Formats: sequence, structure tokens, C-alpha cells
Amino acid sequence: MSEAGIAERASSNGHAREESGGPGFASRVLGGLARQVQGRIPTADLDERDPDYIRDTLPRLWLLSSLYFRGEVRGLGNIPEQGGVLLVGNHSGGNLTPDTTVFTLAFSAYFGVERAFYQLAHNLVLSMPGLGLLRKYGTVAASPQNARKALESDAALLVYPGGDHEVHRPSWQRHRVDFDGRKGFIRLALEHDVPIVPVVSVGGQETALFLSQGKGLASALGLDRAFRLKVLPISIALPWGLNVGDMLGHIPLPAKITIEALPPIHLREEFGEQPDLDEVYDHVMRLMQETLDGLASERRFPVLG
Amino acid sequence: MRIHAPIEISAPPEAVWEWVSDPTRALHFFSGVTRWEVCSDEPTGLGSRYRMLLRVGSAEVGGIVEVIEFSPNRDMAWTSVTGLDQRGRWRLRPRPGGRTHVELRLSYGVAGAGLFGWIAEQVGAPTVRGHLQRTVRQLKRQVEQEQTRRRAAARRAARAA
Repeated sequence: MSEAGIAERASSNGHAREESGGPGFASRVLGGLARQVQGRIPTADLDERDPDYIRDTLPRLWLLSSLYFRGEVRGLGNIPEQGGVLLVGNHSGGNLTPDTTVFTLAFSAYFGVERAFYQLAHNLVLSMPGLGLLRKYGTVAASPQNARKALESDAALLVYPGGDHEVHRPSWQRHRVDFDGRKGFIRLALEHDVPIVPVVSVGGQETALFLSQGKGLASALGLDRAFRLKVLPISIALPWGLNVGDMLGHIPLPAKITIEALPPIHLREEFGEQPDLDEVYDHVMRLMQETLDGLASERRFPVLG
Repeated sequence: MRIHAPIEISAPPEAVWEWVSDPTRALHFFSGVTRWEVCSDEPTGLGSRYRMLLRVGSAEVGGIVEVIEFSPNRDMAWTSVTGLDQRGRWRLRPRPGGRTHVELRLSYGVAGAGLFGWIAEQVGAPTVRGHLQRTVRQLKRQVEQEQTRRRAAARRAARAA
């Protein structure tokens, strides 16, 4: 689950750009593969969210969240009760992101499944076998169109600006918020005049031993051009041992996940009619990093929490 | 899953009723409840609605409930309108010596959740049972302390007279 560098990303219906890469054989192969993958991704449609399905499956999410991840979510009362809101989270745990699972359960239980709640995810996540059901939870491909549709319908929208860059950061950087300078979420909030609610989580990067984002490797293989993948992560994870790419996911270690939602930031009220993107970005990053530092200080042991 | 928590309170049903029927006092004695808001025009009585959330495990579960039975000094029952399926009841019965037998009942579940729903009900039951037992104990302390204060006030007034 990842990606929300939305504003500057292009795609017509939630699909990645179709670029075949360079003229080399490897690039042509990757380009063909990319088209195959993209062809498997149905048009993202917000109507695919199914409140009844979410309600029926909340007990299993609750079991997973409560028993396995010992999830703890604070500050849900900070999220405005009504209207569109942009939830901006830091992202951890590789391609299987437990913080999203824990937060989705907490949000749906707290506000009820009747409140529309969407999450933007990388195209590849939605194309993985068996993960199509995420659409029923409101997970849609990261694209400007989907983000706009969600906020125009007064829904709560969860984005992870750090995306694949942050979710695969090395485990020794687990207590660092890293959006890689992506500010698209600020433009999105301004465009729709919705508050930003930072959502800070800790523990996800302890579900495996993440060694490297593998950016050089991804670039050398042309994955960025073919799949919008800037990383080819390398980790040590169950059941694979050495796990390159994390394309098939992994069995996460039962790390304790703690999440805190912060008070809403009303951009124009706090930063004027024409907020400076850099100023807002620094403000959001500072708030989230300070909160993450606090959450990290509560942890006594890795994984155990 | 159905859970009940009984207790004997040294106060008449009218005194207990003042507490259980008043939504503004719910957070004073309801253990585990993180939110109890009035959602209807009438704060109390038949048809009044509340948004209540109870922390169980990693989530605050609950939703909007509606009062479907309101017999002063005897019974107040509610059922869920949104969220987790639930039915709850305060059952008050007089006992000799100005005492009251109080029982808090709660049935809950998620219809259609299948095996995982059943497992979740079992796993969550100890937490819910603990919340209910603490709730009736806290209610007993609150009501009996108020009774003591009232009697003390009456004695002071009598001495002053």
C-alpha cells in the first residue's frame, strides 16, 4: 500500500503511464510486462467501496489488529466528524503495510462504515493476485482523478506521500518520517480546501528487516519507467529469507503498531490565502516527526513494542 | 455473545434511575466508554439516540444506539442503529430495605461475519465482561456516595433548624 505523490503524477484512470523505456531488449521486455500488468488493473472506481463487506470483515481485521499487531490508535477524535478531510500518513512495512490495516479498522469502527473512506495505493498493489478485495475497502489507485473524486464527495482520503520510497526505507531509519520532498498532498488539500490531519504510525518497519530501498537497482533495470517503481527493495523477511522486490509480499513479524492522529491543519486559516508549499511541508514534517519521536520513545523493544 | 453484570446497590430504584437514565453521567461510571453523545432532539426517554463507543482491543467499537424501552425506575433498553449489532438493558428491581438489584445486560455481534465474527466475539468477551463489571461497581459507588451526601445534608439541615 503506498504512493500519493499525486498531483504531479499522470494517469488517465488510475493506471500508470505507459512508457516502454529505452530501445534495449530488457526495456522492451519490461515495457511489455508493464502493459500486461496495467491491463490487469480495472478502472479504479470509488463506487467499488462496499460498506457491507467492510462491516462483515471488521471482526477479522479486529482479530488481526488486536491480537497480532496489538494495534493502538489514538486521537481519532481529532478527525473532523463530517466533510472531506485529507489524512496524511507516514508509511511503513513494505508492500504489506500493517499500519494501513490497523488504521482502516480503527477508522471504520470509530466513524462507522457508512462514512466514506478511501485510501490511495500504488497501481501494482491493486494488481497483485488476491489483493483485489482491497477495492471493497475503498483502496483506489493513486491518481489525481481519484483523489479529486474522493474529496469532492466529502470523503476522508488517506494518502501516503512517502509512498514506495518511505515504505521500504531501511529498518534503522524506522523512526524517521520521509516524504522524499513530495508536496502534492498540500496542493490537493488547497485545491479542495480540506483540512490535513497528520496520521503518525510506528512499528511497521519492524515487521521485517529492511536493508535497502534498492533505488540504484530499480533505475538500472528501468523499473521506474516501466512500472513507476523507483525502488527494488531488499529485505530479510519471512518466509523468503532474502526478499528482493517484495512483490509477493511477506509474512510480517507481529510488531506492535501504534498510530496517532493529530489535530487538523486548516491551511488557509494558518498560512494565509496563498500558503507557501515549502512552509506548510516543513510544518507538517516537523509535527509528524515530533510525534513519531514521542511514539518511538515509548517503545522499549523492537517488535515487542 | 450475551454478557450481564448484576449488583446490589444500597439505594432505592429512583436514585439509581437518576444515574442510568441521564446521558450526561454515562462517562462518569461507564467503564471503557470513550464517547457517549446525544444524537437526538430529546436527551433522554423513548426514542432518544446516543453515539457510544467502547474500547475493545485495538478499536473503539459501537455506533449509534436508540432507546427502545423506557420504564422509569425499572427498565431502559437500547438497540443499535449503526455499527456493531448490540442490545443493552438496565434492569432495576426493588429489594427490601431500600435496596435495588441492578443488572446491566449487553448482547453484541456482527451479523454476517461468520466464523471470524464468532471468534472475535469470544476473544473480546473477557474485555467486555470486565468493562460491564467495573461499570456496575462504579455505578454502585457513585449512587451510594450520593445517598450518603444527601443524608448528611439532611442531618445538617435538621441540626441547623
